[in-house]
Amino acid sequence: MAEATTAPAKRKLKWVGKRAPRPDGVDKVTGRAKFGADLFMSGQLVGKVLRSTLPHARIKSIDISKALALPGVKAIVTRDDFQDMASEFVPAGEMMINYKDVVRNIMAREKVLYEGHPVAAVAATNAAVARQALKLIKVEYEVLPHVIDVDEAMKPGAPLLHEDMITQGVEPAPTKPSNVAKRVQFAVGDIEAGFKKADVIVEREYHTQPVHQGYIEPHACIASVSEDGQADLWVTTQGHYVVRAHCARLLGWDISKLRVTASEIGGGFGGKTVVYLEPVALALAKKAQRPVKMVMTREEVFRASGPAPGAWVKVKIGATKDGRITAAEATMAYQAGAFQGSPVQMGCMCAFAPYDLENVKTVGFDVVTNRPKVAAYRAPGAPISEYAVECALDELADQLKIDPLDLRLKNAAKEGTRAVYGPKFGPIGMVETLEAAKNHAHYTAKLGPNQGRGVASGFWFNIGGETCASINVNEDGTVSLIIGTPDIGGSRASHAQMTAESLGIDLSKVRTIIADTSMLGYTFLTGGSRATFAGGMAANQAAGDVIKQLCSRAAKIWEIPEDAVAYEDGFVKPAGANAGKFPALSIADIAKKAGKTGGPIVGHAQINAQGAGPSLGTHIVDVEVDKETGRVSVLRYTVIQDAGKAVHPSYVEGQFQGGAVQGIGWALSEEYIYGADGRMQNAGFLDYRMPVASDVPMIDTVIVEVPNPRHPYGVRGIGETPIVPPMAAIANAIGHALGTRLYELPMSPPKVLKAIGQNEAKGQGRGH
Amino acid sequence: MRYEAPETVDKAVALLASMGRKARVLAGGTDLLVQLRAGVVEPEMMIDIKKIAELRSIAREAGGFRIGAAVAGAEIREHADLRKAWPGICEAANLIGSTQIQGRASMGGNLCNASPAADSVPALIAAGAKVTVVGPAGRREVPVESIATGPGKTSLADGEFVVSFLLPPRPAHASDAYLRFIPRTEMDIAVVGAGVNVTLDAKGVVSAARVSLGAVAPTALVVEDAAKALIGTKGEAAALDALAKAASAACRPIDDKRGTKEFRIQVAGVIARRTAAKALERARKV
Amino acid sequence: MSKHHVTTTINGDPVEYLCEVEQTLLDVLRDDLLMTGSKEGCASGDCGACSVTIDGRLVCSCLVLGVEAEGRRIETIEGMAKGDALHPLQQKFLDHAALQCGVCTPGFLVAAKSLLERNPNPTETEARYWLAGNLCRCTGYDKIIRAVLDAAAEMRRS
Repeated sequence: MAEATTAPAKRKLKWVGKRAPRPDGVDKVTGRAKFGADLFMSGQLVGKVLRSTLPHARIKSIDISKALALPGVKAIVTRDDFQDMASEFVPAGEMMINYKDVVRNIMAREKVLYEGHPVAAVAATNAAVARQALKLIKVEYEVLPHVIDVDEAMKPGAPLLHEDMITQGVEPAPTKPSNVAKRVQFAVGDIEAGFKKADVIVEREYHTQPVHQGYIEPHACIASVSEDGQADLWVTTQGHYVVRAHCARLLGWDISKLRVTASEIGGGFGGKTVVYLEPVALALAKKAQRPVKMVMTREEVFRASGPAPGAWVKVKIGATKDGRITAAEATMAYQAGAFQGSPVQMGCMCAFAPYDLENVKTVGFDVVTNRPKVAAYRAPGAPISEYAVECALDELADQLKIDPLDLRLKNAAKEGTRAVYGPKFGPIGMVETLEAAKNHAHYTAKLGPNQGRGVASGFWFNIGGETCASINVNEDGTVSLIIGTPDIGGSRASHAQMTAESLGIDLSKVRTIIADTSMLGYTFLTGGSRATFAGGMAANQAAGDVIKQLCSRAAKIWEIPEDAVAYEDGFVKPAGANAGKFPALSIADIAKKAGKTGGPIVGHAQINAQGAGPSLGTHIVDVEVDKETGRVSVLRYTVIQDAGKAVHPSYVEGQFQGGAVQGIGWALSEEYIYGADGRMQNAGFLDYRMPVASDVPMIDTVIVEVPNPRHPYGVRGIGETPIVPPMAAIANAIGHALGTRLYELPMSPPKVLKAIGQNEAKGQGRGH
Repeated sequence: MRYEAPETVDKAVALLASMGRKARVLAGGTDLLVQLRAGVVEPEMMIDIKKIAELRSIAREAGGFRIGAAVAGAEIREHADLRKAWPGICEAANLIGSTQIQGRASMGGNLCNASPAADSVPALIAAGAKVTVVGPAGRREVPVESIATGPGKTSLADGEFVVSFLLPPRPAHASDAYLRFIPRTEMDIAVVGAGVNVTLDAKGVVSAARVSLGAVAPTALVVEDAAKALIGTKGEAAALDALAKAASAACRPIDDKRGTKEFRIQVAGVIARRTAAKALERARKV
Repeated sequence: MSKHHVTTTINGDPVEYLCEVEQTLLDVLRDDLLMTGSKEGCASGDCGACSVTIDGRLVCSCLVLGVEAEGRRIETIEGMAKGDALHPLQQKFLDHAALQCGVCTPGFLVAAKSLLERNPNPTETEARYWLAGNLCRCTGYDKIIRAVLDAAAEMRRS
């Protein structure tokens, strides 16, 4: 009998690797697809949130009486409507959250901790009434001093966000509270000894600003709770099972009472892995006994969701003259926002992960500030620390007069390399992407005046996790694949392709449906680059289950033993001459008779996917600097990355391209700008400058395939690594164009122009 | 809130007079609707002036052009004669926002929103454009630079609104240009904007010039020293350097989320020089 | 008087609705007419997800009042395919994988259609600048631009 779980990778693939049509495509080009804000329910109310305009204040009182009396107001919730919760950390995407903090983040309790922090929420018959009601809610505050900057927050005497926060991971434990939630450290070897062996040491400090995920669809949901406590939630999210878990916990409900349906999702990039509006909408819907729809404005998205942290990173790398790194050290502080839990630990783990090093030490600090709590953003933590390391490596290459790709090749991690955080790598594609970069025409193309080229590499772990899949074999032999990971960018297509491949049937016979939370067991969210990897693994196992049942049914029809049949390309056949002579049965033939052979055929898999292989990438970029204005133009860009196996190459390329352009924004123009009053000044797309179409060139891609041996089709997650290298690649390119380097993101025109001015002044000083 | 869309200037004047400050004039709405949504303005009446023919047309007048205050940027771009005579005005109007914004945004709105960074204003000032204002006391014609008095503030009296712009006749060998500095390539508000309008004599010597800068002071500036640096020259490098210096010297900018003081001063000179070079190149060809 | 009566044409069909002055055309399309193909990404004209044309002119429907549609001709994403035939741009977006999450797609398609109506043979730069008012955070624009240029080529051929 066929073993669908292992066999497919070895045979010639028919669907995996094809640029197949996308099941949700037509709906999305015709406007038919329903996103978070696109569902309407009869009798629905509009929910709106009253948010703090202060960055830090104690709430003395909240008076909702006038708002409640306004005609059309159906319910108001405040901190009093949510039970306080004890400290308990649970995973949210690749990051951890603490319920004690989440309950405070969705609705402020003792204090407001950032501008935008929810204080109350209203459900009313229309938006105008809801807005008017918000104005009638009276909140009395005791204003407290605030702190926005990481460095300031770490200083003794800084305003304390949480009066009881004692830094964890420090021995002996500090006696006084501070804004440093945690210190983490990873180390192997002896860095002191390593630096002693070094001929050259580069030591630099880098600063980055918070950046938002920038999904075009704001957070949105609609909640309905019936009189008997059964609830439905429609929401744009990367993980509706995770939303269900969080909402049920925060509201004290049984999980079974709450059904969550994932709408089409208009981008997430990690930012839609946590709850903001959802528990509030449910609480309002329960109180009002009417459906409540809540949609964030873009301003709310900026002031109260996301972002990725801003940080400082100190890097020290030593190497011998021939380019072998002898020791590497990085210390970094990431701002977590109002509650602990920045991705600094992953920053520490990833910083030097692309390299095979004997002596490494990374130390990280998780620091709270009066900003919105950070959320995952594509490879959370990694882009910041790796930006710093990849810039320092480039300076090292310059000083050693070694080609920067050769320096990386000389130190590249490979199969068997032990990562600073513990495990030994299986087959990984670092060397392959570096070699592909060296051989790419881009790398040796001529540059003009004021132009520079930069390279950088990037690493991301990728994850697996809990995943369910069911395959219903329909009466006509077509199949429905039911999967629990929201499709954020084409995963329905790749899941269908892998299912068609595993079953050996035509792709057009497979339709992928995203389950609501009642249809499948717990399935972790779309994040960590896991959806195609883990969903494909589960779908493949479910297909194996289907095949087993098909074989059993055929054996029953033929009245021969089950091990006397074989499955091949959508047909069950007698396994050999001894089994008897029967015409092969198609899935349709067997499905038609399923009622008589034991009932419907449904394949299922519930797994905790293991063996997600890391994905490594190397980027090449050419920039031109306008030396009179400091404006940087990206002229040419190439992404080279290991995909393991590209199930749908177009969407793999799309991930590479999208990540690169987000990285261009991070490098050149995106940042949160705060005033002295602790309020964000650029909470809109006008002044939070994400790249527009005319800002960027075509993004060339090279898909490297070093198969992941732990996946039936060799798949690795690929969605996150593409955002890791751009910032350093661009910084290095600017460095080469100018002959001077910048150490701070974004490398906006004022900073570039200043660096040019300082460099010229230095040059003149030397020259005269 | 009420909505009125009068079809004549007189009706609009009467409505505006009856409502006073409780009414807002709606042209393209690309600033006003954002302010409305943000709760920055809460008018009791919207007076949509786009049904008034005079405000929606571009016409030849007195050897120049009269452009209705509510003509959208895209319509300005598509007017071939106007583009030929006043390329700087057209490129400035075309820089007000995206393609979608250009489908609505007008120069009248751009002027009356009174942002120091308004793109069309330095171009109009450099052009020596006049603006026709109407109100309860009748019509008056004033230079464009007299309208904005500070960020968000205008010299318009209660009940007044802008009807049209009048661009003067074009002598031979005259042209204009508008350039701005923004961090991205599109969709940003000017960090520095420069409008330059030049006339050359038969020998290619600058006989007249006007230079205006945006986003470097509370209102768009007329930089006479920069114009003087050009007049009497052929626009050689030294003249352009002097113009750049004069432009930087005239700046009175602020530090804000869009740029630092220091940056604006430095870049104002650069952009003024580039704009002047472009205007000169055009003037030499016509 | 609170609500205004508006008579207009949407995708060729006569439509009447009542709206408050405060309601934008986007609000009317989505909340009252349940035409949710036009998306609200910013409500300030900065993302282009709500792009429609009015009398053939490309605009952000979030920056147009519902009352302003009186007597006008509105085209939205819902009117782009004719019967079961996708517009060449729609087909090319699918062929080139020019969408990932798809929320910006309706706006891009409406804007690109408007471009090709005026300029059947745009350069890459022209397409990029025309579409600069449409934000996409997923694709990095590469495949979108390719799809638009390819659709233009196909439309020129036929």
